[in-house]
Amino acid sequence: MTEKKVKATLLDADEFERTLSRLAHEITERHANLEQLAIIGIRTRGEFIGRRIADLLADLEGNEIKFGTVDVTFYRDDFRTHLPSPEIGPTNIPFGVDNLQIVLVDDVLYTGRTVRAAINSIMDFGRPAAIELAVLVDRGHRELPIRADYLGRNLPTASNEHIHVHVVEVDGVDEVLLLDYGQ
Amino acid sequence: MRTPAISLTNLIGLEGVSRSDIQTLLDTGFYFRDVLDRPIKKVPILTGINVVNLFFESSTRTRISFELAEKRLSAEVVNFSAAASSLSKGEGLKDTVRNIHAMKMDAVVMRHPAPGAALQLSRFVDAVVINAGDGTHEHPTQGLLDMMSIREKFGRIKGLKIGIIGDIAHSRVALSNIFGLNTMGAEVTVCGPGHLIPPFIEELGVTVNGDVDAVLEWADAVNVLRIQRERMGVGIIPSVREYRNRFGLTVERLARHKKEIVILHPGPMNRGVEIDSDVADGDQAIILDQVLNGVAVRMSVLFHLLGARELLEEA
Repeated sequence: MTEKKVKATLLDADEFERTLSRLAHEITERHANLEQLAIIGIRTRGEFIGRRIADLLADLEGNEIKFGTVDVTFYRDDFRTHLPSPEIGPTNIPFGVDNLQIVLVDDVLYTGRTVRAAINSIMDFGRPAAIELAVLVDRGHRELPIRADYLGRNLPTASNEHIHVHVVEVDGVDEVLLLDYGQ
Repeated sequence: MRTPAISLTNLIGLEGVSRSDIQTLLDTGFYFRDVLDRPIKKVPILTGINVVNLFFESSTRTRISFELAEKRLSAEVVNFSAAASSLSKGEGLKDTVRNIHAMKMDAVVMRHPAPGAALQLSRFVDAVVINAGDGTHEHPTQGLLDMMSIREKFGRIKGLKIGIIGDIAHSRVALSNIFGLNTMGAEVTVCGPGHLIPPFIEELGVTVNGDVDAVLEWADAVNVLRIQRERMGVGIIPSVREYRNRFGLTVERLARHKKEIVILHPGPMNRGVEIDSDVADGDQAIILDQVLNGVAVRMSVLFHLLGARELLEEA
């Protein structure tokens, strides 16, 4: 078992909240018509972050924003590598995706493979007009040509460093930590 | 909470399968049910995986259900049925399978008339083996889909009272149901003609009751087994009418029990023998849910045995 050490707190609760708020504002700047917008969070952490961005957008605009979640387990391409998956969960997209502007939300952007899987999953529900990506943290190490349209923090990491995003809903606290997994 | 990898490497039967493995297979089955409700009822998780369906005994729905499950997981599927095979030229199971195995199959789904055939197969292939029915032994995916349908209806399995009615002695469905339901904490009573109840079956943890009305009065759900017509009139079941009168789920019999009872049937049905048409098509029957759950739970079994081991964390 490798030793996991917290090296730094990258975002505390206040910074976390401000970052989400900024992301929500950036989304409204690009999308005049929120009727045609839907937020889809990638399970598990992206679900909570996406939900909060949708709520922030609803507060800004006064209207409910379409919100869904996607579980990418059945779309992953890496099941022969040893990456543990969280709990398999529901994909819940309670609206037709055809012709919508969709903003996918995840906590950490890393290899890009999860985002690729989420895009494929959404495509199986219909044909959106466009899909954009919002992430809280980009830690680098991309393996696919994917980038965030809305980015909280750009935090290049070494390969033995990991980013842990904690959210109030699951972990009791909002924070982003940098962890050292040793050699 | 993470979804654990199951500890099974093959699915030969539900005997001895842990509660947590069954729980995981059913939980994931419900997520595949959601997939089956989507516009595109297919996911790519088993892309590049090769599965052969080996059917040494005739089967329509089980074979189609497995094939659909495999295709909806994007696996490559090869079908092999006994009638069209070199089995009719005298080739034995072992050679047939070794040949197929040389074609680099990742999994073999097998139906075979001999009890124990699936276990035997698993000893000489290193592909994943899934038993699709081996003689009078087990039919584990049927047991799982029955449990999934029961859980869908009641929201739980633990504590439920389940009756199994029919030819218990020759039924692999009965045996898989008994093992699975017992593990999941349901109470099971078997009911049927005395000579079709195996001796010492109580040792599997079930109650025997020959009075179908008493079982209906007691049960939350009953699984009505097919009376195999090939066994009728050969001394095992002397008369269809007598069987219907004593054990059939008739409209009149159900009307006498003023209670909701959930009715399962593994199919194919003999309407008018073990179950009346109006009962089979009525509100209390969940027979078509079973068919859909069959595809979903087979997807779950294939996913967990073929795809998920590395994806999910060891429990």
